[in-house]
Amino acid sequence: MNVVRRGATTISGQIVLLALTLISLGPLAFMAATSLRTTSDYALNPAGLPGALTWDNYIAALTDLPTLRWALNSFLVSATSVAVSTAIATLAAFAITFGRFRGRSVLLGGSIGFIMVPPVVLLLPMFVFMVNVKLVNNLASVTIFYSCLLVPFAIFFLVTFFRTIPAELLEAAVVDGAGPLRSLVSVVLPLSRAALLTVATVNLIWAWNELLISLVFLQDENQRTLMAGLSLLQGRYTTNQPLLLAAAMLSVIPVALFYLFSQRSFVKGLTAGIGK
Amino acid sequence: MTLVATAAHATPGGSPATPRPRRPRPLWPYLFIAPACAALVFGFIYPLISVVRNSFYAGTVYELNFVGIGNFKTLFEDPIFRTSIANNLRLLLTVPVMTVLALAVAAILHSGVRGGVFYRAAVFLPYILPAAGIGLGFSVFLQFNGGLNQSLRAVGMGGLAYDWLGSPNLAIWSVGAVVVWQQLGFGVVVFLAALLSLPVEVTEAARMDGASWWRIQTRVHLPQIRGTIEFFVVLQAITVLSLVFTYVYILTTGGPSNSSSVMEFYIWRSGFAQGSVGLANAAAVVLLALAGVLIAIYMRLRLRDDDPALR
Repeated sequence: MNVVRRGATTISGQIVLLALTLISLGPLAFMAATSLRTTSDYALNPAGLPGALTWDNYIAALTDLPTLRWALNSFLVSATSVAVSTAIATLAAFAITFGRFRGRSVLLGGSIGFIMVPPVVLLLPMFVFMVNVKLVNNLASVTIFYSCLLVPFAIFFLVTFFRTIPAELLEAAVVDGAGPLRSLVSVVLPLSRAALLTVATVNLIWAWNELLISLVFLQDENQRTLMAGLSLLQGRYTTNQPLLLAAAMLSVIPVALFYLFSQRSFVKGLTAGIGK
Repeated sequence: MTLVATAAHATPGGSPATPRPRRPRPLWPYLFIAPACAALVFGFIYPLISVVRNSFYAGTVYELNFVGIGNFKTLFEDPIFRTSIANNLRLLLTVPVMTVLALAVAAILHSGVRGGVFYRAAVFLPYILPAAGIGLGFSVFLQFNGGLNQSLRAVGMGGLAYDWLGSPNLAIWSVGAVVVWQQLGFGVVVFLAALLSLPVEVTEAARMDGASWWRIQTRVHLPQIRGTIEFFVVLQAITVLSLVFTYVYILTTGGPSNSSSVMEFYIWRSGFAQGSVGLANAAAVVLLALAGVLIAIYMRLRLRDDDPALR
């Protein structure tokens, strides 16, 4: 960090940051604490410190509710759609960066524009389509839709990265007689591991967190993703807040852990959509 | 553009037996982009055309009748839709709040505060967590007798213990507050990255001239990261206009009595909960038009920044 000036600003800076950290982590701490309390303990004093800690809410959330099934569904949908969309986008980004074809800039420009199209606008026609092909309540419907939605950002991000690869490396491969697919696999991909990991990370979290589409397409209780399943509990357990929050924590914890291990990828990927 | 064209010549593909300077365009790029084109056509272009076309029809999913602009008339006469648009506009007010706060925090972090890495991680954490899970947490935290109000009462500030989610005047602002809570860290990280990429020499020179910390931030740093700020503002405007369904659905379900409905929620509610497909399509077109303006600005910014990279 380059220091502009230490001293007075450091003290007030510490205070501001400390306050902000409290605001950021406070509600999370409340969730975590409440999820570990009994219902009666919580009812006595919602804001107080837990009297006796209990894992019962987590056990109930995992055994009485199809939480594990929902989490598995979420995982399958997210992992599949990220794998499919990343593969599709890698091929396209390679062609956009190193190839010459009609409509190159339209494809790139279109991808950039589509990144920000609100999914809710696409929802009704997609629903009609999924009804017609009888995929409603089937994880495939959500997986297919997610795979399409994730392509534009992946193309944009990968093109930005591929442009940093020196053209000489590819020329050398061509001289060695490599075709486009071999150049991609043996020259570009080995250099792009970090970039691919970043795209996959960001998109995986997006898919895991998504609610609207899965809520609409997956209405059968056992076919729900974790987020769609959680939204069901909202009305059902209004008087059992600790159980509700234990279930909510089960959706939050995997992402928080994932974040701890891949902070760098996150920051890189998420700031890519903005500045340079 | 020239460099890309040169790189294209160097690319594999095409037959080796064409020594002429003007080679025929190779076929392989079309094969490589085919799956992506299919995904974009199926996932974006087809639904976009379809939703615009269907907005002129009313009826059920299976039987649609042409009604011209009838849906749009009904839509704008519907007080709930007007509330929904108004609420999206109210949420737009969170954008300047978020931007200023994020800039301030980024500037402090950039100045080299002890524990900066920890603070950055702590502030960023909410951004990546699922809004549905977080929303459930806040729906309990903000209950009339929930964690927040009980804490306020405990420290003698019970007068501030409002019914955050249950009062028609407050609900949408509570939703906005949760949005700010979750999105702030994104701004901090983005602005900090921009600040860290600035040339140190300029700042040094200003400091030599005796510029104060505040003056360096506002006169030296801010103008240099203007592009990033513009990006952030446009992105967040798009977010609060068209990506807040989860917050509303989980925190208030649009209530009490539709007072916190937003356009996305209206589309979902009329299309899927009430079966007014025509209205839902028309509302989607209105949302698309509003988001479209912002998307166009976003693309302009993006391509302006991209041009030097294209070379």
